[in-house]
Order: sequence, then structure tokens, then C-alpha cells
Amino acid sequence: MTQTTNPSSPTAAEVPSRGLKRRLRLGERVIEGWIFLAGLLAIVVLLGIIFILLKEGLPVFANTNPWDFLFGTHWYPNADPSVFGIAPFLVSTLMITLISTIIAVPVGVACAAYLSEVAPPKVAETVKPIIEILAGIPSVMMGFIGLALLSPFVQSLFHLNTGLCGLTAAIMLSLMSLPIIVSVSEDALHAVPREFKEASYALGATKWETIWHVCIPAALSGIAAAIMLGVGRAIGETMTVLMVAGNALAVPASPVDPMTTMTAAIANSIGNAVRGGVQYQAIFAIGLILFILTLGVNIIAERVLERQKRKFSR
Amino acid sequence: MSINLNVPEMSNKPIDKCVTKLKVENASLYYGSFQALRKITLEIPSCAITAIIGPSGCGKSTLLRLFNRMNDLISGVKVEGNVELDGISIYDSKIDVTELRKRVGMVFQKPNPFPMSVTENVAFGPKRHGVKNRGELDEIVEKSLKQAALWDEVKDKLGQSGLALSGGQQQRLCIARVLAVEPEVILMDEPCSALDPVATLKIEDLMRNLAADYTIIIVTHNMQQAARVSDTAAFMMMESDRAGVLVEYGPTAQLFTNPKDKRTEDYITGRFG
Ligand SMILES: Nc1ncnc2c1ncn2[C@@H]1O[C@H](COP(=O)(O)OP(=O)(O)O)[C@@H](O)[C@H]1O
Ligand SMILES: [Mg+2]
Repeated sequence: MTQTTNPSSPTAAEVPSRGLKRRLRLGERVIEGWIFLAGLLAIVVLLGIIFILLKEGLPVFANTNPWDFLFGTHWYPNADPSVFGIAPFLVSTLMITLISTIIAVPVGVACAAYLSEVAPPKVAETVKPIIEILAGIPSVMMGFIGLALLSPFVQSLFHLNTGLCGLTAAIMLSLMSLPIIVSVSEDALHAVPREFKEASYALGATKWETIWHVCIPAALSGIAAAIMLGVGRAIGETMTVLMVAGNALAVPASPVDPMTTMTAAIANSIGNAVRGGVQYQAIFAIGLILFILTLGVNIIAERVLERQKRKFSR
Repeated sequence: MSINLNVPEMSNKPIDKCVTKLKVENASLYYGSFQALRKITLEIPSCAITAIIGPSGCGKSTLLRLFNRMNDLISGVKVEGNVELDGISIYDSKIDVTELRKRVGMVFQKPNPFPMSVTENVAFGPKRHGVKNRGELDEIVEKSLKQAALWDEVKDKLGQSGLALSGGQQQRLCIARVLAVEPEVILMDEPCSALDPVATLKIEDLMRNLAADYTIIIVTHNMQQAARVSDTAAFMMMESDRAGVLVEYGPTAQLFTNPKDKRTEDYITGRFG
């Protein structure tokens, strides 16, 4: 590559290789074009998703105004006329995501700090791959675990009628987002320059003070990215919540109520919806709201990171 | 024999009035199976600047880090022998290492301010050692920055990142950060090697000013610097197995102009050219 782009070194060996050079150039072009196409494809797919969500989802607002759709507390697709209020799903999603984040972030960051700063290298080298394997467990399996192990426990702990509730789902989701939070924050903590840590220790700071006051602040952008990935996972997860959240249609009043998240609502009702019918449109509109929600999370994360970087870099 | 250096005045400060601040007896240090220091014995006087010189890799930094137990952070390090601060063995199991490091501060080769504001950099140490009151912290920050001859240059940008300062300012910020925890000893590991000549002279002036109140040990590659700033000097070398040994130790004026050991003489004449 350097040879083909560096015309200032015409050595004897290069003279007869004109054809080769041209071929290399061509090869490079092909690769460049390939990468460009891949990038273009990603954008096209994204635009396609937005287009379909808008095309299929927006017509529902001809029957239900956006306000009633977002804040309506009843979801009666089969009534006449049908009623589409997604507040139960919206509240469920927000509640479950929030709780799972509140559980997963401290545990995940503490775990990452332990792995990167405290654990002997051997322990870290064994534990990290195990955590990464955890990330590959299919969500159906996590659903089983939630059903069989966690829900009875939650039920007896809070004296509930059923252990299938928001809290159970949130705990399972926190377990599912843990691997990515641990893995990404560990990388960020590991990348904190040694000089910072040495300076801290040399001033008489303890290990925990160094982690808390030096390593975590210096790795904050990476940790924030890790948290956002975790949140993204929690918002988008479908199968596990479908299996363990309880699928109630009322607006949940407490975390231990049975719930239906937006993703679960989509999965639950898409099978019964007539293609192009009002319910079908309403389901796509839920997808649209979900999309806006995740987009919002990402934009906020981006802003936070940007500000953080500006504050520290210079 | 006598060596002629073009360093204007070398310290002839009598060091016999000082007390022994740090004492090293037969200290050896191993990185795993590699012996980096062999049977080092020396006494560092309290009211002086001690320079440690010697070729690269001879264990100068390792010796320096012996005094604040920074070598503890490296896994597989083993220390033999005895190191005392004010007559108390610092490798004793009862020693609180954080307290030791508060008393024995360190400035590193590459300026390493935290990615925080100037104020927060200086306040970092005091905060860790229990100072919470904002007013008190601000006072410490101002005092330390003045002591480090940095106050006038940064007093209008205390909220800016420490990383936004110039290299020399960053190093003085690091010195202020150490001064803020009120240490007794300051270890400096080639503190000027990343700085330009003007910044270097500023740091040297600063060291001379601090020498009245602190025990200072400086590792340096720069012979002129050692001759300029130090009162006592130690010359280290590697033996054939690369273990570092102390060849000669004495008043700077004597070590540089009238060394007792042939190896010292060779090194110094070689380095001064
Ligand atoms: N963390 C370490 N692990 C293993 N060997 C080391 C380590 N640090 C330094 N050494 C070795 O110890 C010797 C002395 O190093 P150092 O004290 O840094 O020398 P100097 O500061 O005089 O250049 C060198 O041979 C170096 O390779
Ligand atoms: Mg060194």
C-alpha cells in the first residue's frame, strides 16, 4: 500500500511492475468500494426500517389521536370500536428498564473494577471469558431460568400471587445486560493510563480511593457507553420479558405487578393482527415509539460523552 | 586526581549537621528471579538534596521506589535488607503504606497530572487524607501552588484541566500536588527529562528553594543537573549480571571533582565529555 501511494521512490525493482501496480490499485478500489457499499447498506436498512415503521404505523393516528395513543390506559384491539392506549406498555418498559439498570450498573461497574484493578491477573483472565460466554446465552434460556428459579423466590419474598412480575423481569434483564456492562467498562478501566494510578498511589491513596476517584472518572466515557449498551439491551429484550413479566394489561402501579413491555406487546399481538388492519397499524406505531425511545437514549448518551470528553481532554 | 567541570558553584554545604532521614542497609530487590538491586547501603541526610546518577537500567528508579514502597505495586517484587525512615523500618508488616507515601512523596519522569482541574489535582491528596472543608482545601491549594512557584501562572485558570498546562507547568503542578500532603521527603525520578531547558531551570530553582524544608532525592541522567542542584550524590552501576550496585556515595563536590572510585571517574569524565 505504501509502495503504490509513494511515487517518490522509483527503485529499479519497481519499474517492470507497472501492471502489478495497476492491479494493486484496482484491488484497493474494489475493497474501498466494498466498504462503501457495506456502509451504504447499513444506512439503507436503517432508513428502510424508519420508512416501514412510519408507513405502517402512522395511519393508526387517523383513528386514535397521538395523545390518547401514548397515554391511554386501555388496550382493547378487539372492542368495537377498538381502543389503543399504550400507557401500560410504556410504563412497564420504563419501569423494568430503570430497575434493571439500577441493579446492573453498580454491580457491573464494581465487577469491572475488581477485574481490572484488584483481581490477580490469572483470576481476571479466567473470569472475563466466562462473563463473555454469559452474554451468548439465548434469551429463551434466561426466560426459563427466570420462570423456574427466580419467580418463586420473588413471589415468596414479597408475598405475591404470582412471581411473574416486573421485578422478576428486571432482575433477569439486569443479568443479561451485565456481561456487556462488565466487559466494556473493564476495557475502559484497563485503558486508564498507569501514570494516573501511580500518581494516586504515590499520594497515599488506597486502592479503593484510586479506583473511585481516578480510574472510574478517567474511564467515565467508556463506562457510560457500557451503560447505554446495557440499557439498549434491556429496552429491546423481548423473549425473556414475555416469559417472566406476567403479561398483565393494566398500567402497573408497583414494580411487583405483572407487566407487558412494549416489545412483549408487539410480540403478543402481531400474530392476531390482520395485515394492514388497525391493530396491525397500532402495533407498528408501538414499534415506532420504541425506536424513538432507543434513538433518544443513544442521542443523550452521545451528548453526555461529548461533554465529558470536552471537559477532560483540553 | 581532579576533574574540572564548568559548573559555576557546587554545593559544599556541610551535611554533618543533618540527621539521617532515610537509611538503607544491605537492601536487595528482585523482580521475580531478576536481581535489580544488590546489597545497597546508604544514608540520606535530612537537610539536603541527594542525587542518584548512573547509566540507564542500573536501578536508579528502582532504588527511588524502594523509599515509598511503589515497588509493592509490581507483582513478583521481593525486597531483602532494611530500609528505615527516621529510624523505623518501612518494610515492617505493621507499617501503613498509605501513611508512608503521605510522608514520602514522589514526582515522576513524565508529568502526570490527573485529567481534572488544577485545583482538584492539588486537592486530591489532602482530600484522601481527610480534609473535607472547602475553604481549608482552597487554602492548601493556594499555598501549595505558591510553594511550587506556579500560583501566578495558574491563578486565573484554576478550573481548567491540569492537562491544558505546558509541560513545565504540569510538572510543577505535580510538585504542588505532592507538597499539598505535606510530605517530609520528596522523591523525583528524572523530573526534567521531558522538559525544555527553561522549564528545567525553573524546576531546579524550585528544588533549591524546597531543600530547606524537605529531604529531596533526585534521580537524574543529566550530570550538570546533578552537579548544580545536589549536596550529596550517589553513583550506581550494573554488575555483569545487570544487578545494580552503589559504587560511590559522598558530597557532590567531592564525587564530581575528586571521585574515589575509578568507575565513577570514568563515567563522569565520559558524560561531561
Ligand atoms: N517492573 C519491572 N519488572 C521487571 N524488571 C524491571 C521492572 N522495572 C525495571 N526492571 C528492570 O530493573 C532494572 C533497573 O531498572 P530501573 O530501576 O528502571 O533503571 P534506571 O531507572 O536506572 O534506568 C532494569 O534492568 C529493568 O529492566
Ligand atoms: Mg529510571
